Amino acid sequence: MTNRTKKRMGKIGITISILVLGFLFISPLLWMIIASIKPETLIFKDMGFEAFIPKQMTFDNYSKILFSDNINFFHYMGNSLFTVGMIVLFGTIVNSICAYALVKLKFPGSDYVLLIIIALYVVPFESVLIPLYIVVNKFGWINQYPALIVPFIASAFNIFLFRQFFMGFPKELEEAAQIDGASPWQTFIKIVVPNSKPVFATAAILTFVTHWSDFMWPLIVATDQSIQTVQIGIQYLFTDNNIQYGQIMAALTLTTIPVILIFLFFQRYYVQGITSSGVKG
Amino acid sequence: METIVRKGENQVKYKRNSHMTYERQQKVLGVLFSLPALVLLFTFLILPVALAFVYSFMNYNMLNPDEKVFTGLDNYVRLFKDAIFFTALKNTLYFTALVVPLQCGVALFLAILVNKKVKVASLGRVFFFSPVVTSMVVVAILWTFLYNVDNGLINHTLNFFGIKNQPFLLSPNQAMNSIIFMSIWQAAGFQMMIFLAGLKDVPEELYEAAEIDGANVWQKFRNVTLPSIQHVTGFVLIITTIQAFRLFIQPYVMTNGGPSDSTKTLVFMLYENGFQFRDVGYSSAIAVVFFLVVLITSMVLKKLLKQ
Repeated sequence: MTNRTKKRMGKIGITISILVLGFLFISPLLWMIIASIKPETLIFKDMGFEAFIPKQMTFDNYSKILFSDNINFFHYMGNSLFTVGMIVLFGTIVNSICAYALVKLKFPGSDYVLLIIIALYVVPFESVLIPLYIVVNKFGWINQYPALIVPFIASAFNIFLFRQFFMGFPKELEEAAQIDGASPWQTFIKIVVPNSKPVFATAAILTFVTHWSDFMWPLIVATDQSIQTVQIGIQYLFTDNNIQYGQIMAALTLTTIPVILIFLFFQRYYVQGITSSGVKG
Repeated sequence: METIVRKGENQVKYKRNSHMTYERQQKVLGVLFSLPALVLLFTFLILPVALAFVYSFMNYNMLNPDEKVFTGLDNYVRLFKDAIFFTALKNTLYFTALVVPLQCGVALFLAILVNKKVKVASLGRVFFFSPVVTSMVVVAILWTFLYNVDNGLINHTLNFFGIKNQPFLLSPNQAMNSIIFMSIWQAAGFQMMIFLAGLKDVPEELYEAAEIDGANVWQKFRNVTLPSIQHVTGFVLIITTIQAFRLFIQPYVMTNGGPSDSTKTLVFMLYENGFQFRDVGYSSAIAVVFFLVVLITSMVLKKLLKQ
């Protein structure tokens, strides 16, 4: 075999491996989506490759979970979008200004503050679960929206992410603004923020995806259906005595769609966030 | 707008609507900017960490919060006499010991595959990464159906290859392994992305030089790839380990810690004692031990990987 045909054979082998493994990886999600448009009776009857072919299509499962009075899936989705949206909005503001202050607006003690924030990054959330519940309870927030939002606005990880970006921000741009007569506040709003869109996008997307999946905390503080999020909602559908598989599949699909869309549209920022935290961190 | 000439010869500064110097303005803004995050971090992270330690030395039940008293090391003594604690610790360590090497191995293999210059590489990246963006609750519910003994797609596929139905989540011997398999499927794409970024930085010339020396695929992997991505591998191992210790959603949704406590983890036990039995003191002691286990493990790993 010549070197060239050897290379070509290698490429074909790799292509086949990617396709076969890719199918294995995607098949559970593919099954979820296809089962969601099947009639209830066929979901566990179609097996093998038939599991991935919708011979009879129906959107009944979707209309039932979205429009029947006793499930109220819209309500769960709305709660999730609202609470996660608030965390993203306030989180990007609070964490970005804090990081900017630590990098560029050094004040007495700011270096110690940075050390504390980095140290906090190692605290696993689970170890503060109970005392956090007691603090939130003292504020009277159990079964109130602030319980799902306020504790997650400040994030050591996001401050660190912004810090990494601001450290590389060209000094010349800020100095030019200063010479033009801008105050530090104006420099931040008019020069730094417009030139830092990638890091804002990355932080917003990582925050959204992380908190969209939150389960343990809402399980504890949102026992009232009125503020429950979508992850808790699907768990209830799943533990219902009269379990409806098609409807669960539809609910699982709807829960996954927002994150999949974000991933597909903002793939670049998302991956940047993961890798920059990883490789440089 | 007025102009002020300050001490330095060439330093000309302009200012607007303020009687403060630029440096002073910066310091004031610095404090104002960091204050919101610091107040929030203090209230919802630093204070709870401190409280976890304090509560762990108390007899404190949420049902009668006024009767809390300091009891010294009682909770810890009780914990180290509790057989369920050692089961939970063993299960957590077992999960971590298997998931970390397997998941990182799979992730590195996938990263090498999709790093090759073939047309389907970007499609592969999306496919391998899709489970990562799917929330763990969704994944756990979905796989409970897949693992179903009589109607599950996995047993049907095994039947096709002549293997009889497996009990999976219903068996104390298989439940944890089933959760491990699913967890690797869910998260390997995440580590793959980090490895991929590391692989992209490996200079092509190194591979070319190895090829000229007649190195085969394995030798190139062993002598070029692995040493070049060493620091990435270290980082991936540490974050995967910490993530593995936190195992909770999978047993909560799929097995409720069973069968016969075979999937009960430290975090599951912490949740159970805190929010089902409302025992703040005991649960806090578990939280402190959990925190120390995570901290010590990641410090030991960091030390080992530096050498």
